[in-house]
Amino acid sequence: MRIPQSERELTWWEKIYLPEVVRGLAITGRHFFVNLARHVLHLLGFNKVPKGAVTFQYPEEVRPISPRLRTVHRLARRADGSPRCVACMMCETVCPANCISIVGAEHPDPNIEKYPVRFDIDLGKCVFCGFCVEACPEDAIRMDTGIYDFAAYTREGMILTLETLLSLEPAPYVKVPPQDRAADPGPIHARKGTVAPL
Amino acid sequence: MVLEAVIVLLKAGFIITVALTFGAVLTWVERKQSAVMQDRIGANRAAILGLRVIGLFHILSDAIKMFTKEEFTPARGDKFLHTLAPALSIFFALMTFAAIPFGDTLRVGNRVIDLQVANLNAAVLFVFAMVSLGVYGVVLGGWASENNYSFLGGMRASAQMISYEVTLGVSVIGALLIYGTLNLQEMVRYQGHMYAGWIPRWGILLQPLGFLLFLVAGIAETKRVPFDLPEGESEIVGYWVEYSSMKWGMYMFTDFIEMTLLSAMASTLFLGGWQVPWLMPDGFHFPWATVPLPHLAVVVLQVGAFLLKVSFLLWLQMLIRWTLPRVRYDQLMAITWKYLLPLSLLNVILTAAVLLVLR
Ligand code: SF4
Ligand code: SF4
Repeated sequence: MRIPQSERELTWWEKIYLPEVVRGLAITGRHFFVNLARHVLHLLGFNKVPKGAVTFQYPEEVRPISPRLRTVHRLARRADGSPRCVACMMCETVCPANCISIVGAEHPDPNIEKYPVRFDIDLGKCVFCGFCVEACPEDAIRMDTGIYDFAAYTREGMILTLETLLSLEPAPYVKVPPQDRAADPGPIHARKGTVAPL
Repeated sequence: MVLEAVIVLLKAGFIITVALTFGAVLTWVERKQSAVMQDRIGANRAAILGLRVIGLFHILSDAIKMFTKEEFTPARGDKFLHTLAPALSIFFALMTFAAIPFGDTLRVGNRVIDLQVANLNAAVLFVFAMVSLGVYGVVLGGWASENNYSFLGGMRASAQMISYEVTLGVSVIGALLIYGTLNLQEMVRYQGHMYAGWIPRWGILLQPLGFLLFLVAGIAETKRVPFDLPEGESEIVGYWVEYSSMKWGMYMFTDFIEMTLLSAMASTLFLGGWQVPWLMPDGFHFPWATVPLPHLAVVVLQVGAFLLKVSFLLWLQMLIRWTLPRVRYDQLMAITWKYLLPLSLLNVILTAAVLLVLR
């Protein structure tokens, strides 16, 4: 097998190291002084200057996330507030982690086949692949809540039930299709640690 | 007699306090400077009553952590030596500060106080002797742990330190030839003279190569990146694997104090020590003007200049530490024996030849 030769021979100038060391020090030194100056200017109130660090001070300052990010699931609702899910078991079947469990029942409305009585997602097992969202024929399950800091003290605590899934709202940055607007009571994300608008 | 003793104690107290403060603050500088260099913010969460003071309380929380952690001695290790080793390390590092002149003379009444704890005639030799003894702390630590890895680590560390000591010693000989003395205070006084009336006669101008070699060998001697093979906290099993709590802390602290020592020595030997350019005992003598200053202001300026030079060199060492990758062990040995030592010998020969022609 031919190994691609990306390495080139060092020139004599590079081989004596010292000039290259100085060059490296100049780069890091420049970062040091530029960032220091920016920090100082920010402290003095010049907020237009670019920040001196790329750090997000996490719990207080949340990093903007992409609308495509797969976050905790929710179940969408119809205009009347009932779940869109028809308990077709597609998501349960496709889930590679086997973490969705659905119990369906006959729906009184003959136009709707079934509805979920129970719908549990075990986030402790979920790999956030998004296959359930892809598989759903009703666009009922979505991963757009923008919540990623979920944790629990017990394994049971990681299981989201139907009620929880239905109560979750899309993150403020997610564009809700017009036909769903009536159903969505609007963003209620006053929750600490949710996503800053992009 | 008693007064003499009190004065010496005060001076010793001053320099020890300075050294320990530098050591402590360096733990903070290490975090913050690396953060600023890498576009980060750095440790800033330690707070007292919600007050963060840009992370300075991390020094305190570190100290509390070190003192309250379990102090572990390996069951089959030598308890006495295991405890003695870090103490030796830090003791010899602090001892050296006795010889460092941190100012000229202070006149109080008609008493003239030399701003140096011990005005030794062979101060350079004393410093190198103490630095060499520091190796014992390392090798004993590795040996007393009764652990093959730490033993090997101790051996590796002492091999490195002994090798670089050779270069460290030879690199200053050029400077010694020029100054014609082993007394650090007199060296600094020599560097107060001017060339052509306005260029300060600092060692770095006369011995640029010597300064460079001294700095490189010194960094290796303090076991810092890129020569941190003895320690390499996260990757390499070194001589201190079996150390915990404040015993480990003392090793770490020794490192920072040795860095301070290296900076103090480098500024004394090559950057004019406490000399401020154009500052004479009676005030500034600029080539274009003379500004008389009171005696106390001159002394404060001088001590301040010395601390400033030390701080600058510490900053430089931190910059180097957070920029360069670690060298391999064979490279480490090759650097000193194949390049640094011949270069430092060349430096000595060149300096001697030039001096022979000039004098
Ligand atoms: S994201 Fe993947 S693993 Fe998680 S519930 Fe959906 S299909 Fe299962
Ligand atoms: S695929 Fe959609 S409709 Fe079918 S069970 Fe899952 S969420 Fe309900």
